[in-house]
Amino acid sequence: MSAISRDDVAHLAELAHIAMSDAELDRMAGELDAIVDAIASVSEVAGDDVPATSHPIPLANVFREDVVGVTLTQEEALSGAPDQQDGRFKVPAILDED
Amino acid sequence: MTNIISLSAAELAEQLRAGSLTSVEAVNAHLARIAAVDDAEHGVHAFLHLNAEEALAVAAEVDAIRAAGGAEAEALHPLAGVPIAIKDLIVTKGQPTTAGSKMLEGWVSPYDATVIEKIRAAKLPMLGKTNLDEFAQGSSTEHSAFGNTRNPWDLSRIPGGSGGGSAAAVAAFEAPLALGTDTGGSIRQPGAVTGTVGAKPTYGAVSRYGAIAMASSLDQIGPVARTVLDSALLQELIGGHDPKDSTSLPEAVPALADAAREGAAGDLSGVRVGVIEELGGEGYEEGVKARFDESLELLKARGAEIVTVSCPNFKYALAAYYLIMPSEMSSNLAKFDGVRYGNRVLPEDGNVTIERVMGATRAAGFGDEVKRRIILGTYALSAGYYDAYYGSAQKVRTLIQRDFAAAFEQADVLISPTAPTVAFELGAKLDDPLAMYLNDIATIPANLAGVPGISIPGGLSEGLPVGIQFLAPAHEDARMYRVAAALEDSLVKQWGHPLLSEAQDLEQAVAAAKEGKN
Amino acid sequence: MSTDALVDFNEALTRYEPALGFEVHVELNTKTKMFSDAPNEFGDEANTNVTPVDLGLPGTLPVVNGKAIEYSIKLGLALNCSIAESCRFARKNYFYPDNPKNFQTSQYDEPIAFDGWLDIELDSGRVIRVDIERAHMEEDAGKLTHLGGTSGRIQGASASLVDYNRAGVPLVEIVTRPILGVGADAPELGRKYVAAIRDIVKALDVSDARMERGNVRCDANVSLAPIGADKLGTRSETKNVNSLRSIERAVRYEIERHAAILDAGESVVQETRHWHEDTRTTSSGRPKSDADDYRYFPEPDLVPVVTSRERVEEIRATLPELPAARRARLSAEWGFSEEEFRDVVNAGLDSAIDETVTAGATPAAARKWWMGEISRLAKDTELEPTEQGITPADVVEIEALIAEKKINDKIGKQVLQLVAAGEGRPGEIVEAKGLAVVSDDGPLLAAIEEAMAGAPDVVEKIKAGKVQAIGALIGPVMKATRGQADAGRVRELVLEKLGVQG
Repeated sequence: MSAISRDDVAHLAELAHIAMSDAELDRMAGELDAIVDAIASVSEVAGDDVPATSHPIPLANVFREDVVGVTLTQEEALSGAPDQQDGRFKVPAILDED
Repeated sequence: MTNIISLSAAELAEQLRAGSLTSVEAVNAHLARIAAVDDAEHGVHAFLHLNAEEALAVAAEVDAIRAAGGAEAEALHPLAGVPIAIKDLIVTKGQPTTAGSKMLEGWVSPYDATVIEKIRAAKLPMLGKTNLDEFAQGSSTEHSAFGNTRNPWDLSRIPGGSGGGSAAAVAAFEAPLALGTDTGGSIRQPGAVTGTVGAKPTYGAVSRYGAIAMASSLDQIGPVARTVLDSALLQELIGGHDPKDSTSLPEAVPALADAAREGAAGDLSGVRVGVIEELGGEGYEEGVKARFDESLELLKARGAEIVTVSCPNFKYALAAYYLIMPSEMSSNLAKFDGVRYGNRVLPEDGNVTIERVMGATRAAGFGDEVKRRIILGTYALSAGYYDAYYGSAQKVRTLIQRDFAAAFEQADVLISPTAPTVAFELGAKLDDPLAMYLNDIATIPANLAGVPGISIPGGLSEGLPVGIQFLAPAHEDARMYRVAAALEDSLVKQWGHPLLSEAQDLEQAVAAAKEGKN
Repeated sequence: MSTDALVDFNEALTRYEPALGFEVHVELNTKTKMFSDAPNEFGDEANTNVTPVDLGLPGTLPVVNGKAIEYSIKLGLALNCSIAESCRFARKNYFYPDNPKNFQTSQYDEPIAFDGWLDIELDSGRVIRVDIERAHMEEDAGKLTHLGGTSGRIQGASASLVDYNRAGVPLVEIVTRPILGVGADAPELGRKYVAAIRDIVKALDVSDARMERGNVRCDANVSLAPIGADKLGTRSETKNVNSLRSIERAVRYEIERHAAILDAGESVVQETRHWHEDTRTTSSGRPKSDADDYRYFPEPDLVPVVTSRERVEEIRATLPELPAARRARLSAEWGFSEEEFRDVVNAGLDSAIDETVTAGATPAAARKWWMGEISRLAKDTELEPTEQGITPADVVEIEALIAEKKINDKIGKQVLQLVAAGEGRPGEIVEAKGLAVVSDDGPLLAAIEEAMAGAPDVVEKIKAGKVQAIGALIGPVMKATRGQADAGRVRELVLEKLGVQG
């Protein structure tokens, strides 16, 4: 497996929406490289004939009746909001326009 | 007072029922103990939040119902009035839930976790919320954003993690019971290094609704206690089907306490205990191996047949775990973005866009270990790597399940040391993530396969507790409790007292620590 | 704002062959959301139709709405799809403030329905088979309101507000395979295809199907390749084209835009475009950093959906007659001209006419009333013809009253207005208001004599054989009898009186 470069980490941090300083990117790249080295072995273990397990205990068809339950009040819904206006959650501009 | 806090939950419940003790007295005794030993700077620091007022109100309510007698008193849950501590990963109305993270500092959930609803219905006074590694990510509780917890056996050592707070609280007699969560060993490994009992039920046996998710397919809430019986009693209370959790098992809660009582009273004739070849040997401390071997002798003496089983794919468990866990976690923790709840942090420079606010919020809100794992998980899921990493790890999971299935053909329960080492010094592995990850080597396979596991105290090595782990097939939690209770009984009889009574005088140690450092 | 170079549509088609693809999102009309028991209601106060699950609060878990599964299977079957014996949900990871968990619970490589088709008939009579790759289940996002910009646009906005009432509403996304060989019919096909989906989900009653409310939303993919090329061109994906007319226009616009780019020897950028109804143009969407890597993986909080073949057949048996089959049947049964039938369908009155025929009216009479007076009333009230309070039974009753000569057509219209006004059923109204046609000839004869006396010139004309001049007498007679006279009877009586053969 290829090593994780600093640019890779920068891209991953962008995907994960975590702002990182240059120093942090450098450090993280080194640490991740070591970790990935240690765990990359899994890719060589199982052949194509082995099915993947996504759930430890096999269950199927767990459904809910289509019946309305208890909702939060608007006040409860917004109780943890960092910012709000008119009963809605308020966020800064979505587009980055200079 | 010392007498009250040293009682097990079962004993405490019995005294409450008999009227020789009130719940208010029990709660006050534990609050006093917390005040004496839980100092954040120098003490155990198991608690992040105390809920004294509500706990006392619930206790008074239970006492009033008992005093009035009649049908309502009769209908009280057997554990009613017995205080409990809650890992701060489980959401509670009216008390903050931080997950050990700055991200959620000050956040109060508008809803209760299903296990909390059950605890409220059964009227167990909740003493407060216990410390943990941030978002349950760690094996030492050193990754808490609010300072580490200390091991009651030696305040300079780690209490295990991520549920170090719950284990330490119970070990320090600050609570007879606590709730934990176990994704890769976060209940069992702290249990091992603090000389307490911790169980991870079969995946789905306890509802996850309201436990802040780390890795959904691995997480399980479970009991933390000082005896196997207490653990069984608590699991019976919190277990059972929950329509709010799609992965919740449909079946009724098995009779776990009865199984524990049966194990403690009877012998183990006809029971095959399988020693997992791969979980021992190199990397395991001599003292740990010695205590483990002694436990095997005791089991044999009690009538069990000891067999050796091989689980050849367990050597890949750690690697598979460190792909699956961060992958699921990176997605589960995406919701912490400063939009709907939690703390919002504005970027230091540039335009204030939501994109940059999310980036700054997550940069400031998450600690290094969480960030490291989010990046790792993002990597494992990303285009071009999914098959090699996440996909392969899911296949290894299948192989590990097959190993378990084969092992359970030969043995009724499996046994191993819970952790390869006793509690290490605070800070010893903080700079070496890989060394830290190895703490979970013996506990992770159970999470990958969904099978139940329990750790019980197996004696001391260099004055520090060693844990013995039992694993049973999925849905066979009762079998696990029976055998664990049998070994516990043999060990305690051999020692002549519970292991925890060999721990240091904690109040004195905390006082000395304060003295020394002030 | 758009400065796109365009090439005339017809000219473009002389050089390029368009390929289309559509992703249609249908909001299901279940009572609750896809993964939570919050009400699936449109238009309520912001952030009130939410549970902790819909806000993505820490610790919450999804539970699948069984009804939504049933509806999805129904829709899959109506689209001639195969239904997966086992399928799973997957997480699509991307950050956006309307996406409460910052992942959307969707389906990835295991859709519940796949490999279907739909035949679309164009105005020309040409039938185009659209292959459907898949129909998968997912959840809707919340609703953003943009502040500080112009006309609520995201561009230039200083902040946005989020309402999560819509977050978690069940969606089925229907994805076509590339549609080739349509040529100049491309815009019409787009409109007709989406209309067909809308009609199907309406007939199945799995969606309210109101496009103006976003119940049915369309993303249109367009690419052009030089005629004869064996490879598809680069496509653009125009998002949220949410009316039938806009789909037609957007497809046309993109063909004209792509052609200009290709003519200039440049390459089309694979990107998201936004449709602007006001300017009838598209503009480039922001290339999103997440868009290239959604990191799909199986949703660990949900378990697989397993559908037995018996269950599929059970659901298939409950399917109503679908719009296309029904239209073919009705067209054959009613005997309308092609144009008449198309008008009925376009007016959305085929169901009402069908019900009226079933209730006892002739197809011609049913058509006359629904397309005539009732549609006229609808125009006045700005409600649908079927929302006038007039039932098929009312139309049948009016027809019977006319057949019995109790009323005439004119009174019939008056009665319909009164039915619409809530005055009662037709028979009751005729009775209560004394609207029955006067059948005693006494008062009628008096009125006729009066009319004839007032118009001797007309009487002369009739006598001279110009029978059609009777029309000039009918007016005054009607006036004198307040419209209650039967025009036919007036004619008979006049001719009789003058001894003229009709």
